[in-house]
Amino acid sequence: MKNIGISLIAVLILAALPTALSAVGLTGLITNILPYVAIAFFLIGFVFRILLWAKSPVPFRISTTCGQGKSLPWIKSNPVESPAGYWGVIARMAQEVFLFRSLFRNTDVAIVDGRPVYGSAKWLWFCGLLFHWSFAIIVLRHLRFFVEPIAPWIGALSALDGFFEIGIPTLYLSDAAILVGLTFLFLRRVVVPQMRYISLFTDYFSLLLIAGVVTTGLLMRHFFPADLNAVKALAMGWVTFSPVVPQEISAVFHIHLCFIFVLLAWFPASKLMHAGGIFLSPTRNLANDSRMQRHINPWNAPVKVHTYEEYEDEFRGKMKASGLPVEKE
Amino acid sequence: MSFAKIPKPDQLIKISYAPPETAWMDTPVDFRPGTWSYSGAAKNLTYLDLPNPRAWQPADTDWKLPADWQAIILNGMKERLEKYRSFRLFLDVCVRCGACADKCHFYIGSGDPKNMPVLRAELLRSVYRRYFTTSGKVFGKIAGARDLTVDVLKEWFYYFYQCTECRRCSAFCPFGIDQAEITMMGRELLNLVGCNINWVIEPAANCFRTGNHLGIQPGGIKDMLEFMADDIEDRTGIRVNVPINKVDADILFVTPSGDYFADPGTFTCMGYLMLFHEIGLNYTFSTYASEGGNFGLFTSAEMVKRLNAKIYAEAKRLGVKWILGGECGHMWRVIHQYMDTMNGPADFLQEPVSPITGTRFENARATKMVHITEFTADLIRNGKLKLDPQRNDHIRFTYHDSCNPARAMGLFEEPRYIIQKTCDHFFEMAEDTIREKTLCCGAGAGLGNDENMEMRMRGGMPRAMAVKKVVEKHGVNRLGCICAIDRATLTSLMDYWVPGVTVMGVHELLANALVMTGEKERTTDLRGNDMNIDVDKSI
Repeated sequence: MKNIGISLIAVLILAALPTALSAVGLTGLITNILPYVAIAFFLIGFVFRILLWAKSPVPFRISTTCGQGKSLPWIKSNPVESPAGYWGVIARMAQEVFLFRSLFRNTDVAIVDGRPVYGSAKWLWFCGLLFHWSFAIIVLRHLRFFVEPIAPWIGALSALDGFFEIGIPTLYLSDAAILVGLTFLFLRRVVVPQMRYISLFTDYFSLLLIAGVVTTGLLMRHFFPADLNAVKALAMGWVTFSPVVPQEISAVFHIHLCFIFVLLAWFPASKLMHAGGIFLSPTRNLANDSRMQRHINPWNAPVKVHTYEEYEDEFRGKMKASGLPVEKE
Repeated sequence: MSFAKIPKPDQLIKISYAPPETAWMDTPVDFRPGTWSYSGAAKNLTYLDLPNPRAWQPADTDWKLPADWQAIILNGMKERLEKYRSFRLFLDVCVRCGACADKCHFYIGSGDPKNMPVLRAELLRSVYRRYFTTSGKVFGKIAGARDLTVDVLKEWFYYFYQCTECRRCSAFCPFGIDQAEITMMGRELLNLVGCNINWVIEPAANCFRTGNHLGIQPGGIKDMLEFMADDIEDRTGIRVNVPINKVDADILFVTPSGDYFADPGTFTCMGYLMLFHEIGLNYTFSTYASEGGNFGLFTSAEMVKRLNAKIYAEAKRLGVKWILGGECGHMWRVIHQYMDTMNGPADFLQEPVSPITGTRFENARATKMVHITEFTADLIRNGKLKLDPQRNDHIRFTYHDSCNPARAMGLFEEPRYIIQKTCDHFFEMAEDTIREKTLCCGAGAGLGNDENMEMRMRGGMPRAMAVKKVVEKHGVNRLGCICAIDRATLTSLMDYWVPGVTVMGVHELLANALVMTGEKERTTDLRGNDMNIDVDKSI
């Protein structure tokens, strides 16, 4: 419970930060300086982490096979779950990245009548997918603040997202979905004893921070409308490297910004780097072709072996006695 | 095999999944008898030039570690972080979603949260954070970091020798994090300070010296194989040849030494001998490369390579065309995913072609080693074998996918094809427990020793219960597999959880059904059991 408490306090402190800064007249820190610092941290950190992984050698071809491998021509192989080549790997990775294929296998277990019973447990997969996809859509929708004129596809995406026209302004489906996803992921961690047992500060903090971003965003859209023109002017200012300290922008917006920039800056140092790491996972992005194609280990080095000569020298007498052929008499 | 010291099955099944009151970092490891393996004997470490040979046991307070053991471990971690992307990545990207947690047979069977793959990895990850990441160095425990202490090392030992490297968790992880990789690294690190188990190190030392894990010397191998030939003659009236160390054979045959050492593996080995005789294969066994398995895999990558080197070296010395490998699990992990990389290229061998059917095994064109079920399935498909599946009517068969052929090769259909052609009573276990979701025997990766019996029975429980289900539903009496460790350890597991079910290799099943040229009337199977009982009718 301690980790939950500390995460909550950390997020509340971040929420109070903009108000404190504006009280001492330092709002510009958040609107004009923090964005660049956060983006710099994010980009440099992200690239650094990816490069560190990418330049680490992959000594062995260790793909985890989840389907029949390619063998005899009349045996039906599974080209995606046990890919034998490039295209299969791409398909497998696409399934993992876009559809969370492996998580879809999820089951749970309970001992019923003296034996383990495996149940379907797709909720984690469903809510995980809901969360990630809606997050992606929300980020894409926000591009409207960074381009002028607004690209038609962004408008179309927003229109589709608000298709049901519930409420005024329209409730975006992605907003509802991300709330459902986040709530599930957080409650699961807090309520399920095993999940609580394995969870670290960072696990709660990531969820609460993102929940902070989402909540402040929703507050601005539905309850404390922000001046969208001022927001756009600010965002365009960032993009054109001529930021201005905006007037008339609400405290909620400042909190929103503060959460986002902390998230960005923290991202590369945290478990959130799974977003980049998944592409480099050797059990998934390698073909199951290790008997077909030679795989090179860059640090392969000679080792001490026991040669046949040494073996025969020790056992020659016994081999001859048993009538086994020997090389030296 | 004695179950005297461990709780009865109805007690053992009372498993609680409620985590302890204390946080995992504050819960010290308890070396309870029956749940750990004896330490590696000094003589074996010395023979293999491994560090810190000494007399000690895991339950001792003082493990007699070298004075600078922390520096050795941390340097070892640094070296491995630089050598393995898998290690660094898998330490970095876990989000603790918990999808792996209840996929581990040891967790399902013990309820110990440190047997959740996620937490077993955190044992190492927490030390990685403390010494190799900024957040861990600065924020310590709040960042999930902790100091490397003797207690942490003991915890590593206990739990990295409670993982069979079966890779089931890796099939369910959204990032493909493979606990086997973490365990392998953990065991390599433990080996740097001389902490390993005798059930791994003695076979490795034996294998280095005598060519096989069991330490069988050349004459012994010949005697055992000849003894099997006697038994075959007794059952079939046919005397099969036992070619050993034969220069200029077409094919070198390599199988785990468990297959010629003890029942029920020997029956599988008799199956190979009968098959090769019947098709007139020009092949040879080797006493120098008399082990397909590789307990180096449970020690270090270097040891894998040291033990594996013999196979190509012997193939070259004998001048064979290619290599055929018997039924074994972790052996095939090594052959399929490591051998060519470590000890290849095998450019002195030819691309494998079946001398009987002419089939080219393109999937083995680089490594030049073919799995026996690929070879046999091809024979059957091409009508080269006369089979009478009714001879297996006394067997009601279910099939256990051995972990490594399943999740490190994708070998699912070849053995099933052979089974379907040789047995009319084949019943699959539940979908969640076979193929890529197969459950471990609970005793792989060197854990199949007697002192670890309680943990083996716990770890094997999910597999055993899946068997029990088909026993109740279909009257199954035989559990088949393609792994030598399985044949040895599933036997104990069945005796404990599902008495009455015996274990066999697929090539024993084949040999029962194989109609051999010039054979006498077969009345018994390879085990000497009456084969004229149709269990269907007797139930």
